[in-house]
Amino acid sequence: MPSYLFWLFSTIMLIGGGAVIAFRNPVSSAMAVVTCFVGLAGLFIGLSAFFVGVIQILVYTGAVMVLFLFIIMLLDLKDEEKAAKPLLPIASGIALFLVFTVQLIGVLSRTPDKTAPPLDPATLASAAAGFAPTSKIATTLGQGKLPDVHLIGHTLFTDYNMPLQVLGVLLLVATVGVVVLSKRQAD
Amino acid sequence: MASLHDYLLVSGLLFAIGLAGVVVRRNIIIVFMCLELMLSAANLSLVAFSRFNPTPNGLPDYQGQMLVFFVITVAAAEVAVGLAIIVALYRARQTIHTDELTSLKG
Amino acid sequence: MTLPWLLLFLPLAIAAANQLVLKKTGLAPLVSTASTLATFVIAVLLLGKNETSHFNWATIGDFSINIGLKLDQLSTGMMIVVTGVGLLVHIFSLAYMKEDEAKARYFTGLSLFMFSMTGIVLADNFIMTFMFWELVGLSSYLLIGHWYQKDSAADAAKKAFLCNRVGDFGFMIGILMLWGITGHLAFDSMKGGLESFIAANPAIAGGVLSAAVLCIFCGAIGKSAQLPLHVWLPDAMEGPTPVSALIHAATMVAAGVYMLFRLQFTLGFEHFTALQASTVIAWTGCITALVAALMATQQDDIKKILAYSTLSQLGYMVMAVGLVAGQAGMFHLFTHAWFKALLFLGSGAVIYACHHEQNIWKMGGLLKKMPLTGLTFAIGFAALIAVPFTSGFFSKEQILEAAHHQNPALFWIAALVAVLTPFYMTRLFVVAFLGKTKSENADHAHEVGPLMVGPLVILAVLGLIAGFPFVASKLSPAYVAPEHLIHFGTVTYVSIAALVIGVILGLVLYAGKEKDPVSIPLFKNRFYIDTIYDKGLVRYFQDAFAAIIAFFDELLINGLLVGGLSRAAESFGNIFRKVQSGSLQGYAFCFGLGVLLVVYFTAF
Repeated sequence: MPSYLFWLFSTIMLIGGGAVIAFRNPVSSAMAVVTCFVGLAGLFIGLSAFFVGVIQILVYTGAVMVLFLFIIMLLDLKDEEKAAKPLLPIASGIALFLVFTVQLIGVLSRTPDKTAPPLDPATLASAAAGFAPTSKIATTLGQGKLPDVHLIGHTLFTDYNMPLQVLGVLLLVATVGVVVLSKRQAD
Repeated sequence: MASLHDYLLVSGLLFAIGLAGVVVRRNIIIVFMCLELMLSAANLSLVAFSRFNPTPNGLPDYQGQMLVFFVITVAAAEVAVGLAIIVALYRARQTIHTDELTSLKG
Repeated sequence: MTLPWLLLFLPLAIAAANQLVLKKTGLAPLVSTASTLATFVIAVLLLGKNETSHFNWATIGDFSINIGLKLDQLSTGMMIVVTGVGLLVHIFSLAYMKEDEAKARYFTGLSLFMFSMTGIVLADNFIMTFMFWELVGLSSYLLIGHWYQKDSAADAAKKAFLCNRVGDFGFMIGILMLWGITGHLAFDSMKGGLESFIAANPAIAGGVLSAAVLCIFCGAIGKSAQLPLHVWLPDAMEGPTPVSALIHAATMVAAGVYMLFRLQFTLGFEHFTALQASTVIAWTGCITALVAALMATQQDDIKKILAYSTLSQLGYMVMAVGLVAGQAGMFHLFTHAWFKALLFLGSGAVIYACHHEQNIWKMGGLLKKMPLTGLTFAIGFAALIAVPFTSGFFSKEQILEAAHHQNPALFWIAALVAVLTPFYMTRLFVVAFLGKTKSENADHAHEVGPLMVGPLVILAVLGLIAGFPFVASKLSPAYVAPEHLIHFGTVTYVSIAALVIGVILGLVLYAGKEKDPVSIPLFKNRFYIDTIYDKGLVRYFQDAFAAIIAFFDELLINGLLVGGLSRAAESFGNIFRKVQSGSLQGYAFCFGLGVLLVVYFTAF
């Protein structure tokens, strides 16, 4: 990904993140989160993680944030009133942010940097040897393209089969939990 | 071409923004959104590591993206349950402002 | 060996059951009495056995303490006295305490006392003796203070307990010294320890042993109410009369004598003959006997007279032990237990009949109104003043004999006491039982019921015959049968002369009198000893100590230690309370700080 696109998406993402905190209206905050996540999805795609970038848009921006908006409207929330002592939390938030940033820069300056390894057709074609020759993955790799979804599917259903099924149970439990929580308690 | 440090810096900044948001904001739904920001920041660094540390055959390391996949799924479940809790809380207390929810005060 | 353990623990189980379960049911008196009957039967079965059994109770390093029972002639004989008098007193109490509201508590106390007294008698080591010694003090406290609503009873209970504690402190030191000397606490192994100590340190052995024995004697001074700790016993008469008969005449007060004799018996009499401590013990007993007899001559309360007479007789026993004629002392203990219990129960019957009138000058003529009680009382009276062929005569004779042999001065003082005893007892009998009735209460008196008379009759029989060798050799804890039933010599002449003089003096002075013709304030006021204790010791020493202790308690304990600790805890708590703000953001901030610290410590 060209550098200017990286900086563009990064800026979108960080501005969106900042706006979440800055907006007083919850709906605006939710929209800022959406903006932030769109930038994030751009960065994912820039990292050749196409599948993750797509579900970032579909699941987060499409489903989760809609759920947030739905709840905000359900509760009919007004603008947040000014706190009695607004300075203290803001000051502590800024302090945390600064200290964390300083530490981050410190950590990064002490670790070696890397540049992205090439994902050109030649590399991809040579990687095809690791898969069954007639498989979709091998043929796509042979054509010099990255079969991202296929590779994820392959990993998910071989190495991560068991966690995937556990995850299914977790989602079921979460669904049941939500139903129980939102049922009005009989007095 | 952006380097690994660039991605990690951006990811760390987003995490710090999320952390600051949790401390600063009093609306519990926005606190919740900030938590989502922090999770996504972690996702970003995971994907970056996946891309910058390839497997021997030259492909990105998909283990990292698996983790992102799971984080997103768990986060979706968490959001569902969390929002349900917030709705129940609002029903009980008619507020979702954290400085009015101090019944744990010692 | 299960029987002795049953003998020991049955009363405890009954006491617990009474207090916890049977309190409301009204069964407590009967259950207690039944258990005493059972223990009496066991005591009879165990008579003459020679066994020991013990189990380990506590081990600290190399040192271990046993709980054990030792059966020999001494302990089994003593158990006959304890359970026998105990049984009769229980039966008497059934009637005497019939209308008391706290019957269950009273019988619980009696059962607890039986347990403790059994423990003292059967103990096979000094630690166990000491524990039960204290338990006896406790049960005596509970029973003296049975009518605690009366201030005088509550005070008397406190006084008895404190006096006993003073003595017990010495007793404890004595036990520790003996342990240091012999290296053992169990009676069976003490003698060997003492002998090796004497062999190793011949120069100091006598002095050290003397000191140890004197310290142990302190315990006996407290429990057997010798001078100068005798003050609690007359006050203890505030308790119910059967309790006075059981505890303060027959058994507990004799425990001191028993324990001293047990000590001599354990260590071997030969070590005591030339010991200075023995002389001190003999003189203490003798002086107590004299002083108490003098005090008894001027008391008006029937129970107080008997209490001082008990003191005086205990003085005899202690004197006998001090003269290393412990068999005579134990024999006197044995006979005295029966006839003094008889006298106390008799006085209890009189008091009951006269509607709780205790002043002998308000009685009179009771022999006609209560013939059986009067008759049995007369028998007890005869035994106490040592009329020939009653039990008291034989045992007192043995003591006087021993004194005559070893120390003429002691003998003549004892003979003087033998004049005083018939004198004050004649005064009591003449004033209370003969002549005209002197008050309305005594006018209404009539014979008491069979539950009360029964024990009196049994005790009267025992008071008559317990001194004869055919009874004493079987039942008495320690007894040496004399060669002739009565050996006519100086001792016998003196004691019979003393008896005659005492009785005649009493008759001349008191027959037909309405008021006391003699008044000696010194005797009436008990030589002012109580007053000295009250005004001197208690006021100055106690107040001064109290002030010092209060100062330390207030400033150091309360102010710095207890209060300071609590204040420190409170302020720490307040600091941490601030942290518990309940504010979500505060927690999140701390959480963030924690994360930063973790990053800092791992990365840098």
